[in-house]
Amino acid sequence: MNKNKMLVSFFIVSESIFFLMLILAYVNFHRSVTEGPTAANSLNPIKTGVFSLFLLASSLTIWFAGISLKKKNHKMLCTWLLLTILLGVTFLFGQGLEWVGLIKQNITISRNVFGTTFFTLTGFHGFHVTVGLIMLLILLGLALAGDFKGPESDAVESVSIYWHFVDGVWIVVFSVIYLWAFL
Amino acid sequence: MSRIPLVPEITEPLPSIRESEGLLAWVASIDHKQIGIMYLIATLFFFLVGGIEALLMRIQLVRPENDFISPEVFNQLFTMHGTTMIFFVVMPFLIGIGVYLVPLMIGARDMAFPRLNALSYWLFVLGGLLLYFSFFTQSGAPDVGWFAYTPLSEKPFTLNKGPTYWVLGLLATGIGSVASGLNNIVTIITLRTPGLTMRRLPLFVWMILVTSFLLIFVMPIITSAFAMLLLDRLLGATFFMPATGGSAILYQHFFWGFGHPEVYILILPAFGIISEVIPVFSRKPIYGYEFVAGSTVAIGLLSLGVWAHHMFAVGLGNVFNAFFAIASMLIAIPTGIKVLNWTATMWGGKIHFATPMLFAVTFLIEFVVGGLSGVAIASPPIDWQATDTYFIVAHFHYTLFGGSLFAIFAGVYYWFPKMSGRMPSERLGKWHFWLTVIGFNLTFLVQHLLGLMGMPRRVYTYHDLPYWGDMNLISTVGSLILGLSVIVFVWNIIASLRSGIPAGNNPWNAWTLEWATTSPPPVHNFDLVPPVHGRRPLWDLAHPDMPDK
Repeated sequence: MNKNKMLVSFFIVSESIFFLMLILAYVNFHRSVTEGPTAANSLNPIKTGVFSLFLLASSLTIWFAGISLKKKNHKMLCTWLLLTILLGVTFLFGQGLEWVGLIKQNITISRNVFGTTFFTLTGFHGFHVTVGLIMLLILLGLALAGDFKGPESDAVESVSIYWHFVDGVWIVVFSVIYLWAFL
Repeated sequence: MSRIPLVPEITEPLPSIRESEGLLAWVASIDHKQIGIMYLIATLFFFLVGGIEALLMRIQLVRPENDFISPEVFNQLFTMHGTTMIFFVVMPFLIGIGVYLVPLMIGARDMAFPRLNALSYWLFVLGGLLLYFSFFTQSGAPDVGWFAYTPLSEKPFTLNKGPTYWVLGLLATGIGSVASGLNNIVTIITLRTPGLTMRRLPLFVWMILVTSFLLIFVMPIITSAFAMLLLDRLLGATFFMPATGGSAILYQHFFWGFGHPEVYILILPAFGIISEVIPVFSRKPIYGYEFVAGSTVAIGLLSLGVWAHHMFAVGLGNVFNAFFAIASMLIAIPTGIKVLNWTATMWGGKIHFATPMLFAVTFLIEFVVGGLSGVAIASPPIDWQATDTYFIVAHFHYTLFGGSLFAIFAGVYYWFPKMSGRMPSERLGKWHFWLTVIGFNLTFLVQHLLGLMGMPRRVYTYHDLPYWGDMNLISTVGSLILGLSVIVFVWNIIASLRSGIPAGNNPWNAWTLEWATTSPPPVHNFDLVPPVHGRRPLWDLAHPDMPDK
């Protein structure tokens, strides 16, 4: 493994522990909320589930981007990168809708411990998606300017590893927050 | 000194990549040697500041019912002293000397990611500035202790901005530490010179590697806790506020989940320094190399499962306490193995008591004292008696000062010739050594007794109980001697930088690769890296007829 991909891999190990702590905090308080908003009475798992599919699909598209890179298919690489960005933005848009909806019902980070843990966990995840999107935009910009002729690129592969990680974290977060509440 | 051949006056300046001279060449540098030296300079500055804070506290405690300092200022002083010494002195010093030495010791030109290296350094500086900026706010510096327990550190109980600056400062420097941990891991795995297998890696590099893994595993724990505390303080979240459904104990778990591995982050690179110094000054290879490296990995793993021995007084139940007591005591085994290895290395060696060796040997003694008191308080009943007393203060100063700092001084004297091209003064070095040993033991030995007699830590004064005044007087006199020793140390550095004897490439006749290049090393480190066939490449080079196996 070369040094760039190794750096990203160890970095996401470190990041996983960061998210593990946020998830532990959420789990720790899951049963202790007795009044006010909870995951079960304020969240819509179907709607968020649909938006989650966009994020899952974006993992697929960035994988295709990697394949296009290997095949030196520059045009398809740009297309897949663009599609990944659009899917990521759609997911973030869904997150934004949900946040606005909750805040309109006066469910905020300071309302109770559910609000605290929910907004912190989804907020930090959303922040990571945003950072990933910025990196993808830079990749797309460089690709459009003629970079990444293939068959290999540490930049594309490193961002890809990070993006899969952000996706994987969401699967855990979605399971813990949404699925657990409605089981 | 007789072994040192005369070498010509130094013509080569300290390394600088850029053509431009002066400040910019340093500020904009991405050379690992310059960044390493900048780490050392910054930590020396914070060391002086943290030391002055300690002296002010000792002056306040010199006699019972003293009113030299107000309780409010005293709270700020012990908070800032602890935070500074841990996060802005010992930790960045060890990271910094690692950044300087690792590429040289593995025969590389630089770190794997030079820019990331610079980012780590400047995040650490930013963190320090943020922390100390709090002194200029209306209500002064943070005053909630170095572990900032909730709910005391929460907004309703500490309205001033102190803890907010504290969190921001530590967040910045913490992210920098993760980056340098990542950088070190990738550097050590990918950039070793051919022949330098993991089983031939210098033990200092081994220790840096294990420490780096600890950094990337545990810094995110405290980063998340700091993020939560910050959200509590700034946005009214309720993570750690029991009154609104949060949990103060959760903060303690998170803090010590980081905090205990952190003490190994503070000591493992120090073990690395000792493992380099003792063999060279005993003229023998290290005894039981595999055991020193292996026991380090064991310490690293065990350290992740002992955090709640800081929480025996919380009342988490006997089974819980027993588990963490046993896990904590287990750590004494790999640590004991190391002490045995170092002692066995000296056994039968031709020991040369230059200043680095004096500090290294004394490290063994002082650190064992701190280790023994540590095993004692790993037992919950003893901890219940000793917790929050001066016994704890004595214990962790024997490990952090008697351990880490003594090793740091050994390392500074050992590698000073490599970094500067000049020898430190042995005469001043011995003055520094003896003043440090006398001052340190005077200051902290009596604190064991004071603690067992019940003197609480973090209280700005005490009643005139029998012997308390006398023992505190001894402690304060000791601390003033320590203050004097630091002046001698700084004077030694300044004087030796100006007019020390030129050192030559390898003044100590050492065996690792950093001594194969010039002192100070050129920007590219090596013109030619010597071949590596064993653990002591320079020994093999000098004795081709009897190389290491």
